[in-house]
Amino acid sequence: MRKIVSLLLAFMLLICTLIFSGCNTDPSKVVRVFNASEYIGEDVIKQFEKETGYKVVYSEFASNEDMYTKIKTTPYDVLIPSDYMVDRLIREDLVQPLDFNNIPNYKYVDETFKSPYYDPDNTYSVPYMWSTVGILYDSAKVTEEVNDMSIMWNDKYKGKIFMLDSVRDTFGMTLKKLGYSVNTTDDTELDEAKSELLVQRPLILGYVTDEVKDKIISGEGYMGLVYSGEAGKAMAEKDTLRYAIPENGTIYCVDAMVIPKKAQNKTGAESFINFMHKPEIAAQNSEETYYGCTNTEGLKLLPDAIKNNKGLYPDVDILEKSEMLKSDDKINQKYLEIWNQIMAAN
Amino acid sequence: MKKLQKLYLYLILLFLYAPIIILIIYSFNESKYRVWTNFSFKWYIELFQDTQIMSALYNTLFVAVVASILSTIIGTIAAIGINSMKKWQRSTIMNVTMLPVLNPDIVTGIALMLLFYIAKLPTGIVTLVLSHMAFCIPYVILSVLPKLKQADNRTYEAALDLGATPALATWKVTIPEIMPGVITGLLMAFTLSIDDFIISYFTTGPGVDNLSILIYNAAKKGVSPSINALSALMFAVIMILLIIINVRTHKATKKA
Repeated sequence: MRKIVSLLLAFMLLICTLIFSGCNTDPSKVVRVFNASEYIGEDVIKQFEKETGYKVVYSEFASNEDMYTKIKTTPYDVLIPSDYMVDRLIREDLVQPLDFNNIPNYKYVDETFKSPYYDPDNTYSVPYMWSTVGILYDSAKVTEEVNDMSIMWNDKYKGKIFMLDSVRDTFGMTLKKLGYSVNTTDDTELDEAKSELLVQRPLILGYVTDEVKDKIISGEGYMGLVYSGEAGKAMAEKDTLRYAIPENGTIYCVDAMVIPKKAQNKTGAESFINFMHKPEIAAQNSEETYYGCTNTEGLKLLPDAIKNNKGLYPDVDILEKSEMLKSDDKINQKYLEIWNQIMAAN
Repeated sequence: MKKLQKLYLYLILLFLYAPIIILIIYSFNESKYRVWTNFSFKWYIELFQDTQIMSALYNTLFVAVVASILSTIIGTIAAIGINSMKKWQRSTIMNVTMLPVLNPDIVTGIALMLLFYIAKLPTGIVTLVLSHMAFCIPYVILSVLPKLKQADNRTYEAALDLGATPALATWKVTIPEIMPGVITGLLMAFTLSIDDFIISYFTTGPGVDNLSILIYNAAKKGVSPSINALSALMFAVIMILLIIINVRTHKATKKA
């Protein structure tokens, strides 16, 4: 009996491994892409597969931090994290230099997004798309012109304002309102921002994440902080909605494509990165997700309604006043502490 | 009093089913956002065209079917073995089996992830099935053992006396007797596997997402209403299955 059972088990395991190993194809024909969710045009992957003959294994992550834990154990060929995470990956030596001979379309990448703080010599990363944080508001309800953050402290709109449930974004925008850097570690500046947020506390309906769009479309709230891509989607849904960036600058974020050290198909990965910067593809991605196009030729192909929207594509001087969020353990802990105090205050 | 009883019953039922009813209503909403606009079947059509959701559904069902069948086989055999052990041996083995049940999912998940990493097993559908088996087997054992205790050992001995080999006697006598427990174990393993998020999240590999992982990843930017449509369909299928089973058992008891 014991023999039969163990034989049976061994047989079962054998069958399993046979079935499953059958799905494994040659790694040099596969490109494994790890991207944020809903951050690519609908059939872009299919077009890439058709054009290059590679097979794409496409996965999505909910946040940069989720991605960071996953890549520790699982090999991917292309990652598309945000600026501060690229910075961390480079610092921790988890990504490898790119061979730009395989990425000729790099020439289309807008100079504004080249040589960022996280990769000053452009060795490890190629920008993908970019976004800003700004105010989404309903122009039918908010009669004043919205051009800085002070509108969100106006008690005329008490109970109709949403802030982001995201430490760095909400804090950064408040610091910007006060004229400080979004990455400050100066205690007096941080204290000032904290009291500013405490003053605002009774006016706001809540600190929320993705519900902002729903609630402003439904009219439950009149304005809220959102990322530009999400604002674009909301504006497409209801035409009285507008998106504004504070005149004295905002937070902007660039997501970039990198190749991890553990990648099994570097050439395939570079071919994928190159494909993402084909002007038509870059335009398709930006048109469908509403996130900013980093490709100069792609930008020209976008519909006028998107390309000429000053919220989604602000003038260069506003961008120059804006900053990217930088992050390390010390900054994070400092901000988190004050954030918890604000959350606890009622 | 009678009316109060009924009212109470309906209130509790409403409390249990209200979330599902809301979800089903919103699956017919034309807008992508949580604002009611128009009645439409749009999301049902999009659901079947959405390759991501379809492949996640396929992964979920595939893993659930394979993992639940394999763990039922292994678990049943284990339960038969445990049942015929000496007392101290049995209690040691039972404690070892209970541990994964009591262990928080997140610990099991991370432990399995590390194991696969050290064993150099590429994560994917294989590791997903293996880890689902790891947490399903104890439940199968736990649902089969009580049936074995109830079973009369003398019928098995009678089969041996009549010339059956132990294997044949187990197959022809013991297994049919404990079948209800085996089926319960199978169904439990199946539902646990479909439900699981935490362990799957840590043990899956590139390109292999199940439904719960897909929903989690999309939650930050707003989950597509196609998911509502899918949940509504799954709810309807389970409802119909339950009604059929109930009607059949009702007929069977009437006949008897």
